[in-house]
Amino acid sequence: MTAALLSVRNLTVEFPTLEGPFTAVAGLDLEIEAGRTLAVVGESGSGKSVTSLAILRLTDYTGGRITNGQVMFTPRDGVAIDLARASEARLEAIRGNEIAMIFQEPMSSLNPVFTVGDQIAEAIVLHQDCSSADARKLAQALLEKVRMPDARTMLDRYPHQLSGGMRQRVVIAMALSCQPKLLIADEPTTALDVTIQAQILNTIRDLQQEFGTAVIFITHDMGVVAEMADDVAVMWRGRKIEQAPVRELFAQPAHEYTRALLAAVPRLGSMSGTKLPRRGSVAQDTADMTAPLIAAESLTTTFPIRQGLLRRVTRLVHAAERVSFDIFPGETLSLVGESGSGKTTIGRTLQQLIAPSSGIIRFKGQDVTRMDHNARRRLKREVSYVFQDPYGSLDPRKTVGFSVAEPILTHNLLPCRNISQRVAELLEQVGLLPEHARRYPHSFSGGQRQRICIARALACDPKLVIADEAVSALDVSVQAQIIDLLMQLQAQRGLAYLFISHDMAVVERISHRVAVLYLGQIVEIGTRAQVFEDPRHAYTRKLLAAVPVAEPGRPIDRRLVAGEIPSPIRRVGDPPVANNFDEVAPGHLVAR
Amino acid sequence: MLGFLIRRVLQAAFVVLVVTLLVAWAVRLSGDPAVMLTQGAGSVTAKDLANIRTGLGLDRPFSAQYLGFLGGMLTGDMGRSFIGGTSVGLLIRHALPLTILLAVVSLALSIAASIPLGIHAAVKRGGTADQVIRILSLVGLSFPNFWLGLMLVLIFGINLGWLPPSGAGEVSGIVMPAATLAIILTATNVRLVRSTMLDTLSQQYIMVARSKGLKQRVVLYRHALRNCAIPLVTYIGLQFGGLIGGVVVVERVFNWPGMGSLAFDAVSSRDYPVLQAVVTVLAALIVTVNLAVDVAYGLLDPRIRSE
Repeated sequence: MTAALLSVRNLTVEFPTLEGPFTAVAGLDLEIEAGRTLAVVGESGSGKSVTSLAILRLTDYTGGRITNGQVMFTPRDGVAIDLARASEARLEAIRGNEIAMIFQEPMSSLNPVFTVGDQIAEAIVLHQDCSSADARKLAQALLEKVRMPDARTMLDRYPHQLSGGMRQRVVIAMALSCQPKLLIADEPTTALDVTIQAQILNTIRDLQQEFGTAVIFITHDMGVVAEMADDVAVMWRGRKIEQAPVRELFAQPAHEYTRALLAAVPRLGSMSGTKLPRRGSVAQDTADMTAPLIAAESLTTTFPIRQGLLRRVTRLVHAAERVSFDIFPGETLSLVGESGSGKTTIGRTLQQLIAPSSGIIRFKGQDVTRMDHNARRRLKREVSYVFQDPYGSLDPRKTVGFSVAEPILTHNLLPCRNISQRVAELLEQVGLLPEHARRYPHSFSGGQRQRICIARALACDPKLVIADEAVSALDVSVQAQIIDLLMQLQAQRGLAYLFISHDMAVVERISHRVAVLYLGQIVEIGTRAQVFEDPRHAYTRKLLAAVPVAEPGRPIDRRLVAGEIPSPIRRVGDPPVANNFDEVAPGHLVAR
Repeated sequence: MLGFLIRRVLQAAFVVLVVTLLVAWAVRLSGDPAVMLTQGAGSVTAKDLANIRTGLGLDRPFSAQYLGFLGGMLTGDMGRSFIGGTSVGLLIRHALPLTILLAVVSLALSIAASIPLGIHAAVKRGGTADQVIRILSLVGLSFPNFWLGLMLVLIFGINLGWLPPSGAGEVSGIVMPAATLAIILTATNVRLVRSTMLDTLSQQYIMVARSKGLKQRVVLYRHALRNCAIPLVTYIGLQFGGLIGGVVVVERVFNWPGMGSLAFDAVSSRDYPVLQAVVTVLAALIVTVNLAVDVAYGLLDPRIRSE
């Protein structure tokens, strides 16, 4: 096979803006042969998603315009065609038929008002000459192929009744329904949990082999690249800066940006043999293990589900179930687990955003639930929160200075004339400039916004900061900077962190101790070294094994991961059985 | 679903009950019907007026009058008009179908016009068609309904003579009153369709639908429109109350013998039984439509159905 299946030449895509056209992709060349996998990597704003849409000319519907270049594609009939200039009718015959796409968000990729079966069958009826009854049979066969449990009944389900992983399987079944020659997958596993990600990647790999489909895999995750790709193209600011076979690229990155990108990737296992987290070469020896700052004792948080005429509570969501842990001053305790494991609920309960159903929270030995109103209000200054989405957690109509000053104003901590001075100091501490206080959030990048959120969290001089997926939405290079900032602030101020994350590699880098959550309960807790180097609980091992490692050619364990996390919803009066723990080493507790 | 339905029906019944109380109370603020009945009758003594009130049952305490009215509504015997003594039930039986007909026809016209126009404006966002549709919609919003009605009568009824200027005698009589209401409804509905459509079109499942190779028409009318249905149906349900308000005025302009004309006459002659019954029936109608909207949610959106 010498002729390329798809060859993109000098592709330029522009978007009109008020300040003139913005060039999202500039002079891009890509080539992919039948049956191969090309990964396109880059950080946000690199133009990788626009490229994926431009190949099928879907940019037409987002206001974009292909101003230059060719997209030569060879369909089944063997006559090459330039998609950049093809008629709409010709494109409709190719989309979903010869070239199919998978998008990032499985939660919003399916139309909520149609059944799964109808949505898969739609493309089949459209492109293949067959009746709707045959299409339905084919849809069922496809669902079985993507290893959907109970495929027959799934046909009549609606998307909201499916979990994220199951929805992504449906999307894949839909994309493969006409056995396309090329599959474009735009961050198909980014929104999924690691164990589900591993399952989906396995499925894509198997189907690719079976159908001989070529895949363009758009991603920012170097671990996924290492596992999936034959060749890698690196994009930066709308341009391709490097392309190489995957092993070559990881071993000898030619471009400086690629080297920086690879260096920034947190690698699982990179901390092996060290006791403490490290910032550069300095060990983060900040934890004071004498007396806990905050202690959760048998913390349980449930949410009622009301049903029926009288709105009686019929079932309970057991978000956190008899969870106990301590956080010491200057220490980072990480909570890891997949969606629905209760990480966020626990964080919010500690911050008193949610009242616990039972259990005790002690702050410096004092029972928080028995405190009076004023003491609790004071406590809110000691515990602050940094949220996941730096775009949603800053008020777009308020200046950055106001957002940072607001906690100080609310708690009346400083006389008014000193506040702007304090805001300037806080902004400098998080690596921003004092004059940034006068600007509005929209003029900052994601990473800068997260710095602003951290400055705001520090405004009341807290003892504990709860960072709920605080770096998950950021590009890896920015992520590394923010982690570094958090550790630096910890060293300066003796801060304790409750670091909530699903990303095992990031957790390994920042934590003193780690607690692994499964279905609202802790299954394993211990020091970073204990949990990562000597994982004892089956779930911890599964979680670690599922993380894609940025090391091409490493054998992939396909046995692991199957199935999904069961539901935490239970009938009233039927609480889950609480875990009993074995202490396998001092401070290392594992659920029996 | 059944529990939900029972709860909503009980809520609706309560709303109608409160309306009856408010209506019975408010109607009696409008003045003394006895004075109205004896206008121009020459010398009327206080005793004559008192006799009339006794005859009409207006000397009884408010609670007794209210309970009598409520009982009448429940049994279907809504009493007799103060003017002419016609059975109120009979009056409503004649007027209600005409009003419902007018409301339904104008709503249907408006939906038929605003959906394609709104979708077109959303797809051509910022283009000429979008601008024209938005300007026309603003013009439509600025018309008072009675003025628009009068203009239509002037042009099509009198100058051109194409349509009967008033009355419900001929089938073509409905064209102008329905058009008047529909034009004003369409002016708001077009904007609503446009904005919900813009919102839906930015969703990822629309891009997924396009990536399957579906034609623009299928993407818009099958995938997008179904998802716009919830906000549209909600708004149309809320709009129904306003529509009934508009019907009252427009019926008057076109001399359409529906509930609006009935209510208008009852107000000017302080005809308590007719007015009370008309307002209660219209309130029940509006509440029923909104109840139907709640049920329609479940049919339109599987996410709500399974709750």
